[in-house]
Amino acid sequence: MTGETLQPGRNLQITGEIWQSKRNLHMPGKTDRKKLLEVKNLKVSFGERRHKTVVVNDVSFDIYKGETFGLVGESGSGKTTIGRAIIRINPTMSGDIIFDGKKINGTISRELDREVTRKIQMIFQDPMASLNERAKVDYIISEGLYNTKQKYSKEEKKQMVDKVLQDVGLLSEFASRFPHEFSGGQRQRIGIARALIMQPEFIIADEPISALDVSIRAQVLNLLSGLQKKRNLTYLFIAHDLSVMRFIADRVAVIHKGVLVELGETEKLYARPLHPYTQALLSAIPMPDPKAEKKKVLKVYDPSLHDYSVHKPKWVEIEDHHFVLCNEPELEKYRKNQKLYD
Amino acid sequence: MEKEIVLSVKNLNVKFKLRGRALHAIRDISLDVYKGESLAIVGESGSGKSVFTKAFMGLLDKNGYIESGEILYKGQNLAAFKTEREWQSIRGREIAMVLQDPMTSLNPLKTIGAQIGEAIQLHQGLKGKDLKAAVLEILRDVGITEPERRYKQYPHEFSGGMRQRVVIAIGIACRPRTLICDEPTTALDVTIQAQILELLKSLKKKYQLTTLYITHDLGVVANVADRIAVMYAGDIVEIGSCEEIFYDPRHPYTWALLSSLPQLGVKGEELYTIKGTPPNLFQTIKGDAYAPRNPRALKIDFVERPPYFEVSPTHRVRSWLMDSRAPKVDPPEHIKKLRSQGGIYR
Repeated sequence: MTGETLQPGRNLQITGEIWQSKRNLHMPGKTDRKKLLEVKNLKVSFGERRHKTVVVNDVSFDIYKGETFGLVGESGSGKTTIGRAIIRINPTMSGDIIFDGKKINGTISRELDREVTRKIQMIFQDPMASLNERAKVDYIISEGLYNTKQKYSKEEKKQMVDKVLQDVGLLSEFASRFPHEFSGGQRQRIGIARALIMQPEFIIADEPISALDVSIRAQVLNLLSGLQKKRNLTYLFIAHDLSVMRFIADRVAVIHKGVLVELGETEKLYARPLHPYTQALLSAIPMPDPKAEKKKVLKVYDPSLHDYSVHKPKWVEIEDHHFVLCNEPELEKYRKNQKLYD
Repeated sequence: MEKEIVLSVKNLNVKFKLRGRALHAIRDISLDVYKGESLAIVGESGSGKSVFTKAFMGLLDKNGYIESGEILYKGQNLAAFKTEREWQSIRGREIAMVLQDPMTSLNPLKTIGAQIGEAIQLHQGLKGKDLKAAVLEILRDVGITEPERRYKQYPHEFSGGMRQRVVIAIGIACRPRTLICDEPTTALDVTIQAQILELLKSLKKKYQLTTLYITHDLGVVANVADRIAVMYAGDIVEIGSCEEIFYDPRHPYTWALLSSLPQLGVKGEELYTIKGTPPNLFQTIKGDAYAPRNPRALKIDFVERPPYFEVSPTHRVRSWLMDSRAPKVDPPEHIKKLRSQGGIYR
């Protein structure tokens, strides 16, 4: 490959200034990070026998406590399926999902199931479709509490609902209203409150802002990062929009057709993407800068450029905490490209 | 070069009757659209951007009506049109629309070929083999591979991006002069979004279209727009060339919209958000509609509606900040940074 493959990195440099992070990654030193969730060789399939399709194929990653882990891919790439497999909605075909040291996929004990149900919560994509239209807000938010062993009195529940409503920036009198009385941004806040009331440790946010207006997006993103600091939450943030990822995620994994192709710390991945698919995704980010936009070269990813007939691709750690899917000859090439970036 | 005006809107007021009250959706907008340009109309949901363009095509809901003002198109006043027959001479033939959601705007019971053919048959009177050939050509134009096979397929066999291409194909099938794209990429993935925008640009060149983009995302339009109009509460608060809006925005609302883009955010810091909610359009708005949400609002903003101030011949702003008597207000940091990127422009 020639220098041309480095286009995305160069493109971003045009507007490099606004991209720069003022913060050093807030993660503690790499050695003392605790793994909260481990996904090992996960496979998920839909359909029976002849109609069987594997939608998530051999995916492995770890999520550390307190970080925001981003999962990016196009629609149909299996990113939501991974999220749903972790929260035990979709059964897994093979592989392990380990949460806090315990295996949580497949058959597990009742107690563990309860614990996991409380500790892992999900925020859904479309706030217009994910709230029960016929229930009042206080019921929608407190519904999860009915499923725990612990019994709460009416008074306790009311207090808890009030508290989370405040936490997400809504008024406590909203508890007696119906979802249709709220705007999209407010509904998404209700969706977040519903997850928070369970006092989770880990939240899966499945495209929480893609259905919202730009101005509302900023509010919800701020809310999510504020809550993370306050409650020491860990997020799995699923999105198709890389520009949002850059803002919120500490590490990003890129998924294409059910297979992870690259994983790395956000800044590094954006500055020096190695896999051509990551480069294509980065080149598609719309920039609020007409000059950079007019110079932009749109890259289209063509999977046929990989020749995997002789050498099978492997998931390689090319440098510290930077993984990429490639075979032997490609690895050489990527190593060379990496030097070009320096 | 003298620019030819295709569409001229003069003091347009659109209202909706709702439960006996009138909602003032478009408040006195004047706008000229030049031939062959691409104009982006940007605003939050509820700002009236869709209603504004629907008024050009007679597609307002039943309870909506044009209260006053003119829409001049080729010497005709569209605002005075009453019958469907009059509108049909404009719709599709002169002005066509690409609708927002490709998942719901196609008929699931008809093949793609039949749906595109319908428009061509109606407008160009083609039949049989000629019709099919014309449809295949348009399918090729919008970048659908294997048009022969795709022709016979139903919408559910297409992905989101491909459906959006089909919707665009239907839009250009009638060979319109002006194409209105209502949030053409909102429902799509980032990669597909970029491809669709490229497609629209190339079609614009090929068919010499005048295009109007409606979107809520300022980040998207930098690539495609020649001019940008920023709408707030049924009014255009700032209009200028693409460079002027991005590198030298003057209205506080435009500042706020730009600052809240995650692309400009710095990790670990709060993103800028616009406080409060858009005004209630049932009530008459006194002064500047954005004033209650504007941390830099002046006293006069609450008293009188600002007129347009001219920054350059192409750049107009409705804000009292531009008045010579107003105190000098510095734009926020983000905007200054954008300005410095303008480099040669400034």
